Amino acid sequence: MTEEKKGNPLEKKERMKIPRQKMPEQEPEIRVKNFKEVPHGLTPELAIREAERCLACPKPPCIKGCPVEVDIPEFIRMVAEGDFVAAAKKIKETNALPAICGRVCPQEEQCEKFCILTKKYNSVGVGNLERFVADFEREQGEIEIPKLPPSTGKKVAVVGSGPAGLTVAADLAQMGHKVTVFEALHKPGGVLIYGIPEFRLPKAIVKSEVEYLQKLGVEIHTSYVVGKLDTVDELFEMGFDAVFIGTGAGLPNFMKIEGENLNGVYSANEFLTRSNLMAAYDFPHHDTPIFVGENVAVLGGGNTAMDSVRTSLRLGAKNAYIVYRRSRTEMPARLEEVHHAEQEGVQFMFLTNPLRYIGDEDGWVKAMECVKMELGEPDSSGRRRPVEIPGSNFVLPVDTVVVAVGNSSNPLIPQTTPGLKTNKWGNIEVNEATMITSRPGVFAGGDIVTGGATVILAAGAGKVAARAIHKYVMGIPFDEPKPVERKAATK
Amino acid sequence: MFKILDKRELCEKVHQFRIVAPRLVQKAKAGQFVILRKDEAGERVPMSIGGLDKKNGILTVVIQEVGKTSAAMNRMKAGDYFADVVGPLGLPSHIEKFGHCICIGGGVGIPPIYPIAQALKDAGNSVTTIIGARSTNLLTFDEELRSASDRLLISTDDGSYGTHGFVTTVLQKLITDGEKIDMVICVGPVPMMKAVVNTTREPKIKTFVSLNPVMVDGTGMCGACRVTVGGRTRFACVDGPDFDGHQVDFDEMTKRMKMYVRYEKIAYEGFLEDDCRLGKQVKAMNETSGSKK
Ligand SMILES: Cc1cc2nc3c(=O)[nH]c(=O)nc-3n(C[C@H](O)[C@H](O)[C@H](O)COP(=O)(O)OP(=O)(O)OC[C@H]3O[C@@H](n4cnc5c(N)ncnc54)[C@H](O)[C@@H]3O)c2cc1C
Ligand SMILES: Cc1cc2nc3c(=O)[nH]c(=O)nc-3n(C[C@H](O)[C@H](O)[C@H](O)COP(=O)(O)OP(=O)(O)OC[C@H]3O[C@@H](n4cnc5c(N)ncnc54)[C@H](O)[C@@H]3O)c2cc1C
Ligand code: SF4
Ligand code: SF4
Ligand code: FES
Repeated sequence: MTEEKKGNPLEKKERMKIPRQKMPEQEPEIRVKNFKEVPHGLTPELAIREAERCLACPKPPCIKGCPVEVDIPEFIRMVAEGDFVAAAKKIKETNALPAICGRVCPQEEQCEKFCILTKKYNSVGVGNLERFVADFEREQGEIEIPKLPPSTGKKVAVVGSGPAGLTVAADLAQMGHKVTVFEALHKPGGVLIYGIPEFRLPKAIVKSEVEYLQKLGVEIHTSYVVGKLDTVDELFEMGFDAVFIGTGAGLPNFMKIEGENLNGVYSANEFLTRSNLMAAYDFPHHDTPIFVGENVAVLGGGNTAMDSVRTSLRLGAKNAYIVYRRSRTEMPARLEEVHHAEQEGVQFMFLTNPLRYIGDEDGWVKAMECVKMELGEPDSSGRRRPVEIPGSNFVLPVDTVVVAVGNSSNPLIPQTTPGLKTNKWGNIEVNEATMITSRPGVFAGGDIVTGGATVILAAGAGKVAARAIHKYVMGIPFDEPKPVERKAATK
Repeated sequence: MFKILDKRELCEKVHQFRIVAPRLVQKAKAGQFVILRKDEAGERVPMSIGGLDKKNGILTVVIQEVGKTSAAMNRMKAGDYFADVVGPLGLPSHIEKFGHCICIGGGVGIPPIYPIAQALKDAGNSVTTIIGARSTNLLTFDEELRSASDRLLISTDDGSYGTHGFVTTVLQKLITDGEKIDMVICVGPVPMMKAVVNTTREPKIKTFVSLNPVMVDGTGMCGACRVTVGGRTRFACVDGPDFDGHQVDFDEMTKRMKMYVRYEKIAYEGFLEDDCRLGKQVKAMNETSGSKK
C-alpha cells in the first residue's frame, strides 16, 4: 500500500483501521541493567504507517493541546509522504527542541489528549513522530545552519541553559544578536542534563542542541554562577543590552519530618545529579559516588520520582518503591514513565505518606514509618486531598530514600537583583505576553516564573521572550500584544 | 580552564596552589569557598579560599590529600589546568567591628583564616590568631598570619612548638586570664570546631564556625550539604559555610561526612595502586632509556 499513498491519500475509514504503531523498546529485564535509552524509536516504515493514521482534521484540535502550537497535521503529512527533513523543519518553526519534546512532553495531557482519534481509537502518536523526524534529521547530519542575518551589534546575556535559556539563545542568535549564555554547572542543559536520566533522554541529544547553538555563534560560559561571580546589574555594566533569566526551579523541597538528615536520605536533585551529571553510575571510573541500598523508597508521584526510582533499580536496588500520598489517577508523571516503571518491577504504594525516618546508631536510615491515607474533599488544585487513616501506621524497612516532592526557585538572582519582583513562592513576576520583569531590560521565563512545569512550556516562554527581547534591544515599540492562550502545565 | 601558576608543598600531603582566576578573585571575599574539578571525570570538590591576590588576580587554595581527588590534585604541577574553578560560593564571613576577635585555624583551616583575620583587622578589630597542628612541620602560613594579626599564638599537640596542647588549651587560658573577647571564628577539622564551641559556650562568647560537609553543586540545588543549625535544616553551601557554632549539631554532621567512606576507600586505594604502578613504570622506563624525562 505504500505505493498509492503519495498524492493519493487513504480513505478516512482505512486510516482509522490502522492500529497505533508501537515503538520498539528494550525488554524490561534487560534495560533495568543498563542506562541506555528504553524506546529505540520508530523505523521509517513504522513512522509512515503511523502518520497515515492522521485524519488531517480541518480544524485540528491537537494543535490547541500543544503549548507552542506545532502545526501537527502538516508535519505529519510530510512524514506520510516520506519527507522527514521537511517535517522536522516544520516543527522547528515553533518548537526548537523536537528531539527532546518528542521524548519528554506529557503528550497524553497535551497534543495527543485532544486528537480526534483519542476517544474511539488510540490517538495519533504525535510525540513519537516528532521524535522520529528530529532523530532522522540529526542522524542524517542534515541539520543545516540557517544563514544568519547581519549582526545587529546588540548583546544579550542568557542566565541558565535549560530549555528556556537554550530556546532564547537560539532564536536571538538567528535574529543577528550576539548571545552569551551563563551556566552555573559545568555542563549546559539544565534539568535535561542533570535531572532527566540517560535512559529517557540521551545526553548526546542535548549535546547536539548545544553544539547547534555554538554553530549559530552563541557563546557559552559554564561554571559561571550569576549573582556570585557577576550580578545582573554587572552584566549590564559589561555591555549587555538585555538579560534573560532562565534559572529554573532548582531548590529541592524536603518534608521536614524527623530523621530527614540521616545518611541514605537524598533529595531527588542530589540523587539524579550524582547519577547523571557526575556519572556516578560509572564509579570508580568517574570519581563521584552514589549509595543505593537493597530497599529504596522514592517519595512522590511526578516525573522526578519515576526517574529516581528507575535509576535506583539500574543501580542495583532489589526493592524499589514509589510512596505516594494520593492514588494512581492523581500521579502527575507521564503515563509512559509510569508504565515503564511498572514493567521494570517498581512497587507502587499509593495512599501512603511517610511520618518519620528511623536511623541506626551510625546515623543511617534503616526504616520509615508510614501511614495510610484516604482521599477527602478536593483541595485548591482540584485534586482530592489525602487525609490520614488513624491507626494505619506501619514500618517499611529501607536503606535509601529519595525525596521527590517538588522544587522551589533558587533565591540567588532575586536576592542580588534590586527591584526584581517575585511572588510569594519566590518566582519572578513577568508580563506573560513579553516575559518582561519589573526591571527594564530584564526578561525571565521557564520554571523560575511558573514553578516546576514542563520542558515545552519553558521552551515556549523562551520563544515569547526572544521576540520581546528583539523588540526591546532594537527599540521597536511593543504593540499591545494579544495575550497568548496557554494550556495549564501538568506538573 | 584555570592555570596553576605555581605550587608548593607546605608539609606532607598538603600543597598550596596559586591559580589564575582574575574575575573570581575580584569578587571573592574572606570566608567564601570555591569548587574545583580536576578534569572531565572529576568530582566537584569544595576548597576554602586561602588567599586572594586582588592585584594579580590570583587565588590561593591549600589542598590536603585525604582521598582520591585531593591526591590526584596534589599530583598536578605548575602550568597544569583545573577543568573548573567555580565561585566564589557561600556567604562571606560576617565582618564588622566587634572589638577583640580571636581567629582560630587548624590543619587546612589555617590558610582560610588568613583572609578572615585580615578583613577583621581592616574593619578595625584587634585580632588574636591561634593556630594549631599536630607537630611543627604541619604549621603553615604563620608568616602571613603574623602580618594579619596583632598577636599570633601557636599550639602543637606534641609540644614541639608553642604551647603544648590544642588550640583550645590556648583559648581557655585567654578566657581564664580574663581577656575581653568579643568574637571567635574557627576554621578547622570538625572535632576542633566542636571543642572550640564547647570552650566558648559557658562564657557565652559569640562563635562562628566554618562548616565543611560533603557538597555536590555548591549552589543550593542538591541539599547534600544539609546541616542542622538551631534545630533547622540549612544548606551549608548557600546559607553558610559560617554558622553560629553554639547552634550546630556537630554529631549529625560528623555522621553525614562518613556517608561515602566505603566508596572513598575503594577510589583512594585504586588511585594509589595506579599511581604506584605508574611510578614504577616511569622509573623502569627511565632506567632502561637512561633519560630523565
Ligand atoms: C527529574 C526531572 C524530570 C522531569 N521530567 C520531565 C518530563 O518528562 N517532561 C517535561 O516536560 N518536563 C519534565 N521535567 C520538568 C522540566 O525539566 C522543567 O520544567 C524544565 O527543564 C524547566 O526549564 P528551565 O529552562 O526553566 O530551567 P532548568 O532546566 O531548571 O535550567 C535552569 C538552569 O539554570 C542554571 N542556573 C540556576 N541558577 C543560576 C545562576 N545563578 N547562574 C547561572 N546559571 C544558573 C541551572 O544550573 C540550570 O542549568 C522534569 C524535571 C525534573 C527535575
Ligand atoms: C566549604 C568547604 C571548604 C573546604 N576547604 C578545604 C580546604 O581548604 N582544603 C582541603 O584540603 N579541604 C577542604 N575541604 C574538604 C575537601 O572538600 C575534601 O577533603 C575533599 O572533597 C575530599 O575529596 P577526596 O576525593 O580527596 O576524598 P574522599 O576520599 O572523597 O573523601 C574523604 C573525606 O572528605 C570529605 N569529602 C568527600 N567528598 C567531599 C565533598 N564533595 N565535599 C566536601 N567534603 C567531602 C568526606 O568527609 C570524606 O570522608 C573543604 C570542604 C568544604 C565543604
Ligand atoms: S511539542 Fe510536545 S505537546 Fe507540542 S506537539 Fe510536540 S510533543 Fe506534542
Ligand atoms: S487531531 Fe489527531 S487526527 Fe486530527 S489532525 Fe490532529 S493528530 Fe491528526
Ligand atoms: S552542595 Fe548542593 S545544595 Fe549545597
